[in-house]
Amino acid sequence: MKLLQNSGLVLFIIGLLVFTGIPFSGSYQLDRTMVRDHTKEMHQDAMLEVLEPIYEKTYASNFSFIKDFNDFFNAYNEELKEEQAWDKVIWDDYAFALTKAASSGPVEDAPLLFLALSIGLAVLGGLLYTLPLYRNKPAGIKHDGIYFSSMKARGWLGIITGTYLIVFYIILYWYPEYLTNLVIMVDPLSILLSGGPASQWFLYGLIYTLAILVMGVRMFRKYKGNNYQTIRTASVMFFQLAFAFLIPEILVLFNMPWHDFKNIWPLDYSFFYEYRIEGMVSSGALGMFMLIWGIILIVIGVPVFTYFYGKRWYCSWVCGCGGLAETVGDPYRQLSDKSLKAWQVERYLVHGVLVLAVVMTAVTITNYFMEFGMLEQATNQFHSIYGFAIGSAFAGVIGTGFYPFMGNRVWCRFGCPLAAYLGLVQRFKSRFRITTNGGQCISCGNCSTYCEMGIDVRWYAQRGQNIVRSSCVGCGVCSAVCPRGVLKLENGQEAGRINDMPIIIGNESIKVKS
Amino acid sequence: MSENTIVILGNGISGVTCARHIRKNNPNITITIVSAETRHFFSRTALMYIYMGHMKYEHTKPYADDFWEKNDIKLLFGWVKAIDFSNQELNFEDGEVVSYKQLVLATGSKPNMFGWPGQDLNGVQGLYSYQDLLNMEKNTQDIQHAVLVGGGLIGVEMAEMLASRKIPVTFLVREKGFWDNILPKEEAALVGRHIREHHIDLKLDTELKEIIGDEKGQVKAVKTSHGEIINCQFVGLTAGVSPNIALFKNSDLNTNRGILVDDQFRTNLPNVYAIGDCAEFNKPPGKDRKNIEQVWYTGRMHGETLAHNLTHEKKVGYTPGIWFNSAKFFDIEYQTYGHVPPTWENPTRSFYWESASGKVALRFLFDQEDRILGMNAFGWRMRHEFFDRAIKEGWKADRVIGQLDKANFNPEFHKKFYKQLLDKYNSENGTSIPLPRQSFIQKLIGSRSWNRT
Repeated sequence: MKLLQNSGLVLFIIGLLVFTGIPFSGSYQLDRTMVRDHTKEMHQDAMLEVLEPIYEKTYASNFSFIKDFNDFFNAYNEELKEEQAWDKVIWDDYAFALTKAASSGPVEDAPLLFLALSIGLAVLGGLLYTLPLYRNKPAGIKHDGIYFSSMKARGWLGIITGTYLIVFYIILYWYPEYLTNLVIMVDPLSILLSGGPASQWFLYGLIYTLAILVMGVRMFRKYKGNNYQTIRTASVMFFQLAFAFLIPEILVLFNMPWHDFKNIWPLDYSFFYEYRIEGMVSSGALGMFMLIWGIILIVIGVPVFTYFYGKRWYCSWVCGCGGLAETVGDPYRQLSDKSLKAWQVERYLVHGVLVLAVVMTAVTITNYFMEFGMLEQATNQFHSIYGFAIGSAFAGVIGTGFYPFMGNRVWCRFGCPLAAYLGLVQRFKSRFRITTNGGQCISCGNCSTYCEMGIDVRWYAQRGQNIVRSSCVGCGVCSAVCPRGVLKLENGQEAGRINDMPIIIGNESIKVKS
Repeated sequence: MSENTIVILGNGISGVTCARHIRKNNPNITITIVSAETRHFFSRTALMYIYMGHMKYEHTKPYADDFWEKNDIKLLFGWVKAIDFSNQELNFEDGEVVSYKQLVLATGSKPNMFGWPGQDLNGVQGLYSYQDLLNMEKNTQDIQHAVLVGGGLIGVEMAEMLASRKIPVTFLVREKGFWDNILPKEEAALVGRHIREHHIDLKLDTELKEIIGDEKGQVKAVKTSHGEIINCQFVGLTAGVSPNIALFKNSDLNTNRGILVDDQFRTNLPNVYAIGDCAEFNKPPGKDRKNIEQVWYTGRMHGETLAHNLTHEKKVGYTPGIWFNSAKFFDIEYQTYGHVPPTWENPTRSFYWESASGKVALRFLFDQEDRILGMNAFGWRMRHEFFDRAIKEGWKADRVIGQLDKANFNPEFHKKFYKQLLDKYNSENGTSIPLPRQSFIQKLIGSRSWNRT
């Protein structure tokens, strides 16, 4: 078994190395047809002229190609900016499309082979490692040695992993032209699903989904015997695979807008953007359904489901960010900050982002109906700032890159505006709570330590108080790790849900209010 | 020194609970907690998780370090060498002298040592304090085999700790069943099986005769009552604990096994109180209660009650409610409510159910009028409030068994055993208690929390 797992680990590392190496392979040569094919008509003449010096030149690496491309392209734009010829400046980003077109080499010749050698090997290795986990071991908590682990307790392995993720996200969001070979590698898969070539987002979606599936299997092994964890994990795996990956691609195959039916505004912050609204409105009955369904989720779905089940129905059962956090992020859940200070920062930040998202959307909608010049500029500015700071930097780079440093729910806890909205409902109008079992708490601290949202669960448990917190995503791990059966996630009547002055059972001498 | 200066010796659950509740009741009293174990209060029951790598020491602290200053509770880290009761002063090892108006002794326990030959060898230890944990860390580096002696809760904890580091363990237990001076036969067997499932070499009906050392004074083997020699580099002595009262021997303080106190925790000396593990009641605090109470929950209740008396004119006597306790044996959780002795006689009646896997079990005891006396639960979480009330109000057997769905505290979607249990109960007792049904809507909106009425 050990041998099988170790070979799995080796295969995973080989796959990861091949994946990391692929962007550095191949050669690059641009010609006029490529430029014509991949630029908008209004820019074609200008681009053809700007890129004149690099035709016929063969570049041995994407670095040198992209450098030359950027030099000429930027020089052209700079000149126009100096002349204040703003309307002629090319704001579109053609670096990714043209680098992808110019690339040739082994990956382009045999994309499926490289797909198998990189992502394929990593998935196979991951499964070989996770499937035999805890074989022949009784069901129970599997936390032995977590704080001695370099990977899970901020050791060098954790630091390397975090750094790799951060770098990957920065390149993905702001320098995707360096990833073109990887995107070429998944083109056949994309064509199969959606009929069109892949973008960097297809590549990302594929990796994301596979990561959730493989690490979901790990969750099944780790929490064997705990049905809540097993069913919940199966749910996030299903929603990611079907709703976030397959269905949107298949929609594209039928000339529909790419749409994730389980993503809800304001997490899906561009839902009310002009291009999205127009995409939906112009896509017939299904498009209208997308629009109406999306609005129903916001106004009815969130409050009603959260009233009955707490925000867990979304955050740890459906959501894609939550899905990644609960599977890939599970080894890091203990690294969340439990201090009072962190809780204060959390409240300002997460509600701040919610306000920002609401204001931005209000401006967007006003602009949609008014089409007022100044407002349009403001809207665009707003979109690019929000997209950069929240959509990319916070949700992606920090949200996932910081798993090994600050735990697996950094984004959900400090940044997600939808989590803030769900949390407000959960805190003030819901049947969900974590019940504390009378006086059985021994203050051991397992619940607080393994709370990914940084809730000091023990604080409540040891004073016999139910846990009603807006941030709780209902993952159920506090209840699982409690050695004395003190915590139970429950939906029940609202009366008695919040007991600020609990009485601990057991002492008849006095009525002890903690 | 202000008029009301309370010094608490010991920062375990009893002493700290006492300090917290004094502060809750009175913002002005000067409170000092003295300890030489750790600077801050930590959860003793969580020591094992530090060794196993589930948590670090700081995670076991129930209150943040700035909590004490915020609540104006002084923490004094130092070793008390002697107490001068007549001058009301504590003398510290470093020469410091601290005086008190009222003194609360909460010095806890120490592991029992029954004078086994070789018990002072290196690599032989008990597990109670933070220092014990540090020693265990040191003593178990690179060892091939460990032996544990004494079948109680700390013994199982140590077995689990060592197993987490993949150290083979032989577990010597004097009794014929595991912890069978507390657990009925079936439960003792259940726990024994589970310990063996974790590859612990559990030797029942076996006593320690001698611990054998090498020339360097390091343990190298033990000899059992059956004459067997077991090579080992570590011996854990876990044959219970007794009150830690060495400091008060040869003083005016009345002691027996523990510090003798009345039902208000008063010792024979004025302004001196004792609570928690180290206190011994003159007479048991309740029916079926022991004179010395050494569990987490009782320590907490002692602290709460004494804090009340130290801050109120009208004093109360310590009146514990329905007994409860809990533990975890490797992966199997155990809860008990009310009184379940290891054996009983007619007319007391028992109902016992065990799952096919042999890892989930419930035991109920009823008196001659069929009223519930107590229950044991293994691998099935139960609602404290439910049994506290059922036992206090003396619910009849059929009522308790018929409402177990309300007592159930297992996580949602947990495997359900209620029907099996009901079938057994009905066939044994000729009853026909039906399985409570939930409507579709009730199922749809999830589990229902118990309605307090």
